[in-house]
Amino acid sequence: MAEYHLTTPLSDADVEQLKSGDVVFVSGHIYTARDAAHKRLVETLDAGKPLPFDLKGALIYYVGPSPAPPGRPIGAAGPTTSYRMDTYAPRLHSLGLKGSIGKGKRNDAVKDALREFKAVYLGATGGAGALLSQRITDAKVIAYEDLGPEAIRELTVKDFPLLVINDCHGGELYVKPNLG
Amino acid sequence: MKTIQASDIVEAVAGMCIAANHDLPADVQAAFEACHAAEEAPAAKEIFRQLLENSELSRTTNLPLCQDTGLGVFFVEVGEDVKVEGGSLRQAINDGMIKGYKDGYLRKSSCDPFSRKNTGDNSPAIIHFDIVPGDALKICMMAKGGGSENMSRVTMLAPAQGWKGIKEFVVNRVAEAGPNPCPPTIVGVGIGGNFELAAINSKKALMRPLDDRHPDPEIAKLEDELIEAINNLGIGPMGLGGKTTSLGVKIAVAPCHLASLPLAVNIQCHSARHKEVVF
Repeated sequence: MAEYHLTTPLSDADVEQLKSGDVVFVSGHIYTARDAAHKRLVETLDAGKPLPFDLKGALIYYVGPSPAPPGRPIGAAGPTTSYRMDTYAPRLHSLGLKGSIGKGKRNDAVKDALREFKAVYLGATGGAGALLSQRITDAKVIAYEDLGPEAIRELTVKDFPLLVINDCHGGELYVKPNLG
Repeated sequence: MKTIQASDIVEAVAGMCIAANHDLPADVQAAFEACHAAEEAPAAKEIFRQLLENSELSRTTNLPLCQDTGLGVFFVEVGEDVKVEGGSLRQAINDGMIKGYKDGYLRKSSCDPFSRKNTGDNSPAIIHFDIVPGDALKICMMAKGGGSENMSRVTMLAPAQGWKGIKEFVVNRVAEAGPNPCPPTIVGVGIGGNFELAAINSKKALMRPLDDRHPDPEIAKLEDELIEAINNLGIGPMGLGGKTTSLGVKIAVAPCHLASLPLAVNIQCHSARHKEVVF
């Protein structure tokens, strides 16, 4: 298992070196989007309008943070379960999205898209929202403010700790349950 | 007859909601420490290290344990000799939850099922009332996240399927859920009753401390059998492999119809947040 420090936006070469099980510390800007924001992103594409951020080389973090308490840029900010975004992810990868951050299993369509478009699925520790919040230095809402916790935020992160779950070579980290 | 002011209930519930989202129960904390020591796989050990650090951070800062601060679920035991003055009990609990989620910077996660529009204040609280003898009012609050709730199921087995069918369904549910509900989980199992009672019992069972034994030794043995089978799955913390897929299994049993064997599996993530207050 290797360890990498990467800065967004990510290139093909950044992604191709990653293997499932590797540890990645990401710095730079990442974008939050979960269920409702994904629906709007795809509706925006269907309408032929520009997206609120550039997908090229981008990382989307599946998170709906808790409100920022006084003196902090953001509240708790751990990952939400990723499978609910499986419907939308392949299309976003086809347009340049280099990776997503979440927790839990992805479907075959997403895994195929990771291979085809050289992208990666990264896991953050679910339920460690206070801990992960420490690595976020700034947060600003850039779209869909009416969605509240589901609005799209641009986060500035420093050494955000992640694990490669699905790489672009077909590798997967999650263990298969032993049903005897 | 005991008289309780609605405004006192509002304050107590607000405080519970904030405290539940910052302080892991002592039994869960102790389980993390024991698992951190017991896990040999580096990835599994590292997850428990992070969860312990997260718990410490949340207890000592203004950040909740998890960004999903849940829907507010309440189990309320109302003594027959209790009178609430200055407002209704249901309203006081709902108002207290709204206040706690606002004052505590907790996430509002309740929305319309069709439009998906956020209700804006985490309301309505989901409240289950029981009328009991006496003059005490006991309010138990659970902050229940969506990820683990999504992995929960109710099924109606045929009586002939018996314990074998129950065990197979529960273990398969945990296996299929895999890494999704933030393992290590706690598994609440409602057996018997009817469609809705099995579900409510499976959730109520999650309020039992991890280190207690079911008072019926036969049921306690079944809990042991299930936890062993679940941990043999090897899913491990966050699905990365390891000895601990679940921290505990808690069963609640009720008589059922001759024709039925209702079964509910309510999965709780490792962030098992609950508090209680007694007036």
